[in-house]
Amino acid sequence: MGKFAQTFLNWEVMAQYAPKILEGFWVTVQLALAVVIAGIATGLVLALARSFRVKALNLLIVAFVDVLRAVPPLVLIIILYFALPTVGVRMSGFVSTWLALSAILASFAEEIFWAGMLAVPHGQWEAARSTGLSFLQAMRFVVLPQAVRITIPPLTNRTIAITKGTALGAVVAVGEILYQAQSAYSFSYNPSPLTLGAVAYLILFIPVVWFGRWVETRFAWKR
Amino acid sequence: METLITAFFNLGILRETAPYLWAGFKMSALLTLVVVPLGIAGGLAVALIARTAFRPLRWLVVFYVDFFRAFPPLVLLMFIAFGLPFTGLDLPAFVSVALAFFLNTSSYYGEIFRAGIESIPRGQFEAARSTGLGAAQTMAYVIVPQATRNVIPDLISNTLEVVKLTSIASVVALPELLYAARQAQSITYNATPIIAAGIIYLVCLWPLVRLLSRFEHRQIALH
Amino acid sequence: MILDVAGLHKSFGDLEVLKGIDLKVAERELVFVIGPSGSGKSTLLRCCNRLEEPTSGSIRVEGVDIMAPGVDINAVRRRIGMVFQSFNLYPHLNALGNVTLALRKVLKKAKAEADDIGMRALVRVGLGDKAKAYPNELSGGQQQRVAIARALALEPSIMLFDEPTSALDPELVGGVLAVMRQMRESGMTMVVVSHEMRFARGAADRVVFMDQGRVLEEGPPEKIFNEPEHARIKEFIASLNG
Ligand SMILES: Nc1ncnc2c1ncn2[C@@H]1O[C@H](COP(=O)(O)OP(=O)(O)O)[C@@H](O)[C@H]1O
Ligand SMILES: [Mg+2]
Repeated sequence: MGKFAQTFLNWEVMAQYAPKILEGFWVTVQLALAVVIAGIATGLVLALARSFRVKALNLLIVAFVDVLRAVPPLVLIIILYFALPTVGVRMSGFVSTWLALSAILASFAEEIFWAGMLAVPHGQWEAARSTGLSFLQAMRFVVLPQAVRITIPPLTNRTIAITKGTALGAVVAVGEILYQAQSAYSFSYNPSPLTLGAVAYLILFIPVVWFGRWVETRFAWKR
Repeated sequence: METLITAFFNLGILRETAPYLWAGFKMSALLTLVVVPLGIAGGLAVALIARTAFRPLRWLVVFYVDFFRAFPPLVLLMFIAFGLPFTGLDLPAFVSVALAFFLNTSSYYGEIFRAGIESIPRGQFEAARSTGLGAAQTMAYVIVPQATRNVIPDLISNTLEVVKLTSIASVVALPELLYAARQAQSITYNATPIIAAGIIYLVCLWPLVRLLSRFEHRQIALH
Repeated sequence: MILDVAGLHKSFGDLEVLKGIDLKVAERELVFVIGPSGSGKSTLLRCCNRLEEPTSGSIRVEGVDIMAPGVDINAVRRRIGMVFQSFNLYPHLNALGNVTLALRKVLKKAKAEADDIGMRALVRVGLGDKAKAYPNELSGGQQQRVAIARALALEPSIMLFDEPTSALDPELVGGVLAVMRQMRESGMTMVVVSHEMRFARGAADRVVFMDQGRVLEEGPPEKIFNEPEHARIKEFIASLNG
């Protein structure tokens, strides 16, 4: 047990690298927030664009969504970071990770928003309008509340899953938690920084997972 | 255009590196074939244990699920691949990867099965028990088949994510598709192998994406 | 006695739902149970095969104390057929699959034999031609008859019916009642919770009126329906007819 603690919970090593991990923590938070904002906003815009039902545009959107759902995030990040420079397009690890994850989140969000809009039956519109509600009132009080209920739980879960992908940034030298933990590990040749990194992720994501659970029960359909 | 083709779609390079990529592809396929059934079996076990009357065991399962859902899979993988050897347990890369995936995916599959089982009305348990079927028989013959059927879209969706996730094994030098592609790139100084890997993923997974998109729209339309 | 319930109490938390029920059912007897909603009728039936765990009291089925420690409850349940208001057919199995599941898994019969017994049960309820149909391809009345066949196939010594026709459209009720009547004629012991007074008048040996977790009055159908001792029962029956 003592040896185990020496190896995985070495206070000296941890104390030495804790500031680095903390630095990584904030990078992870920034990256995650940037992904969530850009991804969801883009997804919403795409879904709205799709609702105009312009054929060519819709085809383009579906193609975008399909590609981003089929190709692994790490492959995208590596293409952005390692392949694009060979044709003269250079971006930092942070930007390539942000771009890849945002695009992926956008594609999922688009699908979810679009499905949510389709899900509210036409009869709901008709019933609302027949009682004298205006278009906006019907949207605000009848359609949106139902669409949101459908949208929120899957969107939350997707967002959480994709946000955890920020750890992939370590592969392209983004100074986030995992990168810091890994380089500290290779300097010290002791896995304690990895433990510290793991703890940092738990501190960050356990509340997020719980939030997701709460959302799921909060918005659960009564069947 | 010319530069783009030489940089990304270079047939000469592709021909030269094809054997690498093929070997990588086979490894990815093998990994998928090991990791997906394991994860599904583990997930089913998690969901069943989550229903035992023994409370501490139920709490343990909730803890297990939340814990591993909070960890970014890459963090888990690195922790296992770099940390475990310090305990004297020097697992082959393939086994470390399989272990990390088992912990991660069984949590996700577990949540899916749990939701599926919860969606089965109480009357089904009661009808089965009233004919003398035992608790385990009721689960095996009545509840789980229905639950599985109800969550097939979610199972496919999660499986898609798992297949994509296998690409992170490249980070711990398991020679799967992405790893092979990056090796090929560093040897040839050309990004074609990476682009090819992306296209291989796209071609293999696109049918699944289409299928899911169909499921998702239908499912929501049913509400 | 096939069924002998004595001093049965059941509480859900602070709510006492059954407050000391005594009920004896003899072989080949049909006991009809009525009473206002919430009076504990379903709970009583469900205690009889321990789908609900009684709080206290004793329940004997064919002389066996089903509350005794170490009793094989699955063996007991197989001797007690139960039919639910909402059918509860297994949607992933066809009619024959629904009927044969317990035959194969509880009684461990080979597939051919189970299919044979299952087919006969389906024929008995008039659905020999629907063996391959899935529940969602059957009408409510047909589903309920499959559910009856599912219980019958196990050759129970007693059948419990919990409002078997309440979820059915009026025109489908007759078919289910006809099957129940025919079971009665072939000598099945039955406890039926229902509001079908006409059926009770024709088929019941005894009517039990339950109110607020107690048996308020019991007797032959003519007595309970026409001249009950309690005004409460008169009102209730009037409300059903009105
Ligand atoms: N599982 C349960 N938990 C709590 N209360 C219950 C439960 N089942 C039934 N009850 C309550 O017990 C009472 C009797 O219910 P029930 O036996 O279904 O009556 P009936 O079938 O006569 O309508 C009702 O007040 C009901 O709310
Ligand atoms: Mg009832």
